[in-house]
Amino acid sequence: METPALFLCLALPLAGAALVLLLGRWPNLREAASLATGGWLFLEVLALLPAVEAGDRPRAVLVSVIPEIPLAFEVEPLGMLFALVASSLWIVTTIYSIGYMRGHGETNQTRFYACFAIAIASAIGVAFASNLLTLFVFYEVLTLSTYPLVTHSGTDEARRAGRVYLGVLLGTSIAFQLFAILWVWVLAGETGFRSGGILAGRADPLATTILLALFVFGIGKAAVMPFHRWLPAAMVAPTPVSALLHAVAVVKAGVFAVLKVVVYVFGPGHLAAIGGTSGWLIAVAAVTILAGSLVAMRRDNLKARLAYSTVSQLSYIVMGALVASVWGIVGAGLHIVMHAFAKITLFFCAGAVLVAHHRTEVSELDGIGRAMPITMAAFLVASLSIVGLPLLGGMWSKWYLALGTIESGRYELLAVLMLSSLLSVAYLLPIPVRAFARPSPGGGSGEGIREAPWPCVLAIVLTATGCLVLFWFAERWLRLLSQLTG
Amino acid sequence: MDAFLGYYNYWIVIALMMTGLYTVAASGNLVKKIIGLNIFQTSVFLFFISVGKVSGGTAPILAEGWTRYSNPLPHVLILTAIVVGVATTAVGLALIVRVNRAYATIEDDEIRRSDLPDSS
Amino acid sequence: MIASHLPALQVVVPLVAAPVCVLLRWSRVAWMVAMAASLFAVGGAWCLLAGVLSAGPTSYFLGSWAAPWGIEYRVDETNAWVMLVVSVISAVSLLFARRSVEREVETDRIHLFYTAWLLCLAGLLGMAVTADAFNVFVFLEISSLSTYVLVSLGTRREALVAALRYLVLGTVGATFFLIGVGLLYQVTGTLNMGDLATRIAQLGPHRTVTAAFGFLAVGIAVKSAVYPLHTWLPNAYAFAPSAVSAFLAGTATKVSLYLLLRFLFTVFGHEFVAGGPVPVLLALTGVAAVVAASVAAVRQDDAKRLLGFSSVAQIGYLVLGVSLLTTEGVAASLIHLFGHALMKTALFVCLGAIVYRIGSARIDDMAGIAKRMPWTCAALVVGGLSLIGVPLTAGFVGKWYLVAAALEAGWWPVAAAMLLASLIAVAYVWKLVESAYFRAPSARVAAARGAPFSMVAAAWGLSGANIWFGIDTSLPIGVANRAAAALLGG
Repeated sequence: METPALFLCLALPLAGAALVLLLGRWPNLREAASLATGGWLFLEVLALLPAVEAGDRPRAVLVSVIPEIPLAFEVEPLGMLFALVASSLWIVTTIYSIGYMRGHGETNQTRFYACFAIAIASAIGVAFASNLLTLFVFYEVLTLSTYPLVTHSGTDEARRAGRVYLGVLLGTSIAFQLFAILWVWVLAGETGFRSGGILAGRADPLATTILLALFVFGIGKAAVMPFHRWLPAAMVAPTPVSALLHAVAVVKAGVFAVLKVVVYVFGPGHLAAIGGTSGWLIAVAAVTILAGSLVAMRRDNLKARLAYSTVSQLSYIVMGALVASVWGIVGAGLHIVMHAFAKITLFFCAGAVLVAHHRTEVSELDGIGRAMPITMAAFLVASLSIVGLPLLGGMWSKWYLALGTIESGRYELLAVLMLSSLLSVAYLLPIPVRAFARPSPGGGSGEGIREAPWPCVLAIVLTATGCLVLFWFAERWLRLLSQLTG
Repeated sequence: MDAFLGYYNYWIVIALMMTGLYTVAASGNLVKKIIGLNIFQTSVFLFFISVGKVSGGTAPILAEGWTRYSNPLPHVLILTAIVVGVATTAVGLALIVRVNRAYATIEDDEIRRSDLPDSS
Repeated sequence: MIASHLPALQVVVPLVAAPVCVLLRWSRVAWMVAMAASLFAVGGAWCLLAGVLSAGPTSYFLGSWAAPWGIEYRVDETNAWVMLVVSVISAVSLLFARRSVEREVETDRIHLFYTAWLLCLAGLLGMAVTADAFNVFVFLEISSLSTYVLVSLGTRREALVAALRYLVLGTVGATFFLIGVGLLYQVTGTLNMGDLATRIAQLGPHRTVTAAFGFLAVGIAVKSAVYPLHTWLPNAYAFAPSAVSAFLAGTATKVSLYLLLRFLFTVFGHEFVAGGPVPVLLALTGVAAVVAASVAAVRQDDAKRLLGFSSVAQIGYLVLGVSLLTTEGVAASLIHLFGHALMKTALFVCLGAIVYRIGSARIDDMAGIAKRMPWTCAALVVGGLSLIGVPLTAGFVGKWYLVAAALEAGWWPVAAAMLLASLIAVAYVWKLVESAYFRAPSARVAAARGAPFSMVAAAWGLSGANIWFGIDTSLPIGVANRAAAALLGG
């Protein structure tokens, strides 16, 4: 089905960026424009959902860059899901940013909002890409448009972090991903995403394994070790950036790309057929899961701890994709959603603590729950969702990922999942416990309640509620995702 | 023996060519470099002209009693090439004059030394 | 009437315009004459290309002397394309040159500067259009001699030494070329390229032909700065006047590479070349160039020198494409040749504008310049992204095809080397961008203003073209595919 409305989904955030630049002098109007485009974009994306659920694939062709490989878009369940997550959380993040950026007195806010909008446009482009070239193009735009956000503060530290960020992301994408895309093109004669994959029967097991490795490491945004360093480095960015981009849009674009490549380029059947040769890659993902958790435990800086937690959680999705079993893929897809809502909440909370009390380290959070009850309650909810306890969305994705490992008979991976859940209890739960149970260092609790500005609190409440609600409404996403595996 | 004498024009060309190239490469004096370049080019001119010689032929001007003429085309080509060579030498020498004014030397290694802080 | 003489006029117009500049002696008028000649060449090249694309290659006989005796100018897809690139780059660099040259060249020499420029343009176009091996040598020397002069007009005294070194190496190279032509003439008795091709094919394996090939190849390699014969290039680009760097970067090496293609495929033919060690040698020099020159570029402190080394690396890419000896590879090289002309000229124009304002091309001196010259620096970023090969720029399309062609030929290490060099390109481009955008401005920078409009227009014209041809690729890809097919098929 030709759907020019897809262009609107791309154009809206870009127009938003232009509008933000134009209205830079009037902050209220500027933020209103950001919110309005965010809302409109979400509605546009949402309008595509019924068609995709009905099994339709809205598509549109933009321009033919390389003959035979146009910049083209096609909405399939995974992309639908990712676009919904990115566009809905953009609205929430914009609300949050208003409170945060003003509360924290950040400079260059116009550039901030404009780059943010461009990043969302590229995330949508990644979500809807219908071939590897289009995916690659928007993947790179996403990297470049988020660079100014990472170096936002302009300090030496930010510049160093920016260099790591750009070096790892551009480097891996050019050295490995582009190489892999070209290789696929040479092998298969096409780069389009097709259900069942395009490599079956065209690539022998060895080539398939090497290609898979090139994709997994080449999509540096998936932060599989040893190419994860950019993510902790990116934490120098303002918190809304860490929250939306480095917990949702950018990193999820990475794992989404891995998932999409596995499902639509390799094909789960083909991967299963070559069997154990990709085992070592799964092992790398498993190591990343555990090592990420272990490093997270040792980080005192709250955002750094959350970043390593993200590294670990992202590899859940990579692992689910690489296992390539039915439930593994469904679980991986669901985890994109569930982890997004939980992790963005955690970052929001971290930012709120920073704005309201100027604290960044975990060890400074003693007793802060009394001053910020809503924030820390939300933190608790989101932590439990990450751990994967029932009544929270995070449970479902872990459940299906675990099913996936059992289905493929890899019990050692099940053990990794369980162990990692325990580790996440160990690195996340002490924070709310500290906040509520310990006395604040000053002794008395005389300061009373001092929450972050209300837009921040509103955003936190929204996403935390999301974690709860997703537990009850997971079935719709499940049905959508099961289209992938037939 | 014939392999030597029969190709004597080539041997001369090669000897000149090597002399010229060696001078270009080994001499530190810029003027000598240009002279080397000239010798090198001249060897090529000689090569062209000797190739155009037809044994028993005369200069390619119609004349009574001659039916064999040397090939005039290489001569014409070399006229052009000589002009090019002269132009090159002129530009080269002009540059050396200005180098001498700017550096007060035309020795390659001294120039290199005085520019070291800037370009290495 | 005029249309039928276009191939000759491409050369004649700039050649005649050059002495006109000398006679007029007025710098502003000289600039206008040069611009007019360049624009004429653009129009002519465009007409020729359109004609070739619709009606096939055409021949023009100078003075109506028939082919093997007279000099033939033959226009096909490849050289029409190259002429278009050269003349467009000349016109855009001239747009930039007007203000820049007023600053960098003494006023009473400006008209001579444009004279040399026009001679260089005539030489380059002549090298492209002619189908006569000796005529190539003549035009090669016309362009080279004028280039030495242009380079030596740089503001610093190092320019003189750079020009002189270039002169020595360039003359040796050109003379090697001449030896090759002589040997070929000795064996075949002809200088016409088409004629040469037939006779070389008839001769079969022949030692003199092989020797001739060696001399020609080395001669062309010097002129096109193929690694390791590139040593003249970085200093020549670094110390030449800004406008000259921009002009040369987009044209001189490109035309020489065209010559390489012409001799490899038209004169000697695919079979002759494929049988020998040529593909492997070319591939080795290409890989060495992309890796070593990129690494050298990262280590430079002077932005113009950095771009010079980057040019050597990019020439390596073009050589790699040619070394595959496949239609895909040659087409990819032709696409990248065009892309590289656009991006490198754009970068040199941007740098030239910065030099115009702050008087230095050292990377440290450019710290924080983006605040003062936002438009110029934005164009610089676009050019840099294209150089890296970021999607939606012309550089990406070229690299895509080059790597794909290498993969298709099964040359994995070559493909890997190209991508590795792209990574190094990230490092050296970032050096420029970081200095311009993310460092505190020095006193010199703080006093700078935005670049003159003509410079910004030239910079954005080229950067815009980088983006345009990164998205709408039909023209370069279409022409390059046809040109490559014609080169290898015929």
